[in-house]
Amino acid sequence: MSKPSLLEVEGLNVSFPGRGGTTRAVREVSFSLGRERLGIVGESGSGKSTTGRALLGLISRPGIVSARRMQFAGQDLLGMQDSDWQTLRGRHISMVMQDPKYSLNPVIKIGHQIQETYLLHYRGATEDARKRTLAMLEAVKIRDPDLVYHLYPHQLSGGMGQRVMIAMMLIAEPDLLIADEPTSALDVTVQNQVLRILDDLVTDRGMGLIFISHNLTIVSSFCDRVLVMYGGKIVEECMAVDLHKAKHPYTQALIKAAPSLEHKVSELSVVVRDPAWLA
Amino acid sequence: MIEVNQLSVIFRNGRRPIHAVRDVSFDVADGETFGIVGESGSGKSTILKAVAGLVKSEMPSLKINGLAVGSKRSKADRRLMQYVFQDPYGSLHPRQTVDDMLREPLLIHGVEDIETKVSAALSDVGLLPQHRYRYPHQLSGGQRQRVAIARALILRPRILLLDEPTSALDVSIQAEILNLVSRLRQSYQLTSILVSHDLGVVAHLCNRIAIMQNGKLVELLGVDSLRQGKAKESYTQELIAASKGFTRAAG
Repeated sequence: MSKPSLLEVEGLNVSFPGRGGTTRAVREVSFSLGRERLGIVGESGSGKSTTGRALLGLISRPGIVSARRMQFAGQDLLGMQDSDWQTLRGRHISMVMQDPKYSLNPVIKIGHQIQETYLLHYRGATEDARKRTLAMLEAVKIRDPDLVYHLYPHQLSGGMGQRVMIAMMLIAEPDLLIADEPTSALDVTVQNQVLRILDDLVTDRGMGLIFISHNLTIVSSFCDRVLVMYGGKIVEECMAVDLHKAKHPYTQALIKAAPSLEHKVSELSVVVRDPAWLA
Repeated sequence: MIEVNQLSVIFRNGRRPIHAVRDVSFDVADGETFGIVGESGSGKSTILKAVAGLVKSEMPSLKINGLAVGSKRSKADRRLMQYVFQDPYGSLHPRQTVDDMLREPLLIHGVEDIETKVSAALSDVGLLPQHRYRYPHQLSGGQRQRVAIARALILRPRILLLDEPTSALDVSIQAEILNLVSRLRQSYQLTSILVSHDLGVVAHLCNRIAIMQNGKLVELLGVDSLRQGKAKESYTQELIAASKGFTRAAG
């Protein structure tokens, strides 16, 4: 791809030492990302979220992160100090977590949570922060930003909570957004609204997006490129529109395992795992 | 087998009563699998709970197996109908072994020959004898849901109520559980109601499907018309379109 790459990862490994030996959650993962929508799919435990967290330096001890190269916009992410991460996180790379119920502070008003990010990174006046917050809430299609500003998280529906989380991540205008299952807790119709917001951000602002999901239908219809992970490894990389032509037996099996509305089958095919996939 | 007539469920705890289900009627034939689809808050699970007698409903009539049942259910009523819940992490007792959990319904209903019934139930759902004395935390999500299904079927019910049985599982595990349900409903000759938000899952297992929105039954259609996209209501069309993935063009 001719686009300048925003993120370059080469040979990323994440492992967690434990009593029963070391668990290698991410193995030799390499990819590069431009200003595009990159999907990462896989089952639970395949290492997709861990990859996302490693990019933000969020793997805490005893987890061990190593890579041959990990660069964001020319900046080396390996060996960065805590204070370097502080300026990078939120401002340049942000992450939207899966569940708004657990990721928002239950005792702080929505508006205050969102503007905290802005105040931290821009040190602007509170009044500016308030205006920006309201603009962000509007940008994520919240109908009455003034009202929502003064609400607490428990007063929001799931879809609104997810949009608030996106607003919070976007107020600092990051160059890269890592969205970890941002729509899994949402109903299908709301899901599409949230995806449309993310889509506009990539198109209009040229943001890079890493979209982590277990839902192949969404990833293939929404992303540009897809990485398929299994057991911590990338087993396949392809263009999203070509996902149905996937070559790796694991990807093929995943596609076939999902019941579809269009094709009638008497029995769903089950994923038969081959130890050679992890070799 | 099941006749639901003008079912309404109103929750009255709070200032305003909440109409979770409004005036829903349908019937499920013997051996049929009936699907209920809708978004969260549409009342689909509440219907299932009302049928099972787990919530108070305002229902002129609910007939099961030709007999009217009221809000008080007898032991025999309960034995006829068993429930599989959404979350295999929440629906199994964390301090009981698989053996304890499968034994309990048999003890309550005074069934004899517990030993063979428990081991038969385990092998029926594809679990191995070594799983019998494990606790839920020693099992994977798919295995837990198998235990929940074994527990539901151990009393040989005629009716199986499934509330989002696979939504907490990965697609690959979902396929295994759906195949299991589909095999068991044949061998046990079950009549079932399946609640799900996933149109693909419902179309795979069900003969007829009810679409719910805001507590109302919007549309009732056969699986073939659903597959061919022959829904009459715009809401159903919208759901079908949304389930096919993201569309960039639409506004």
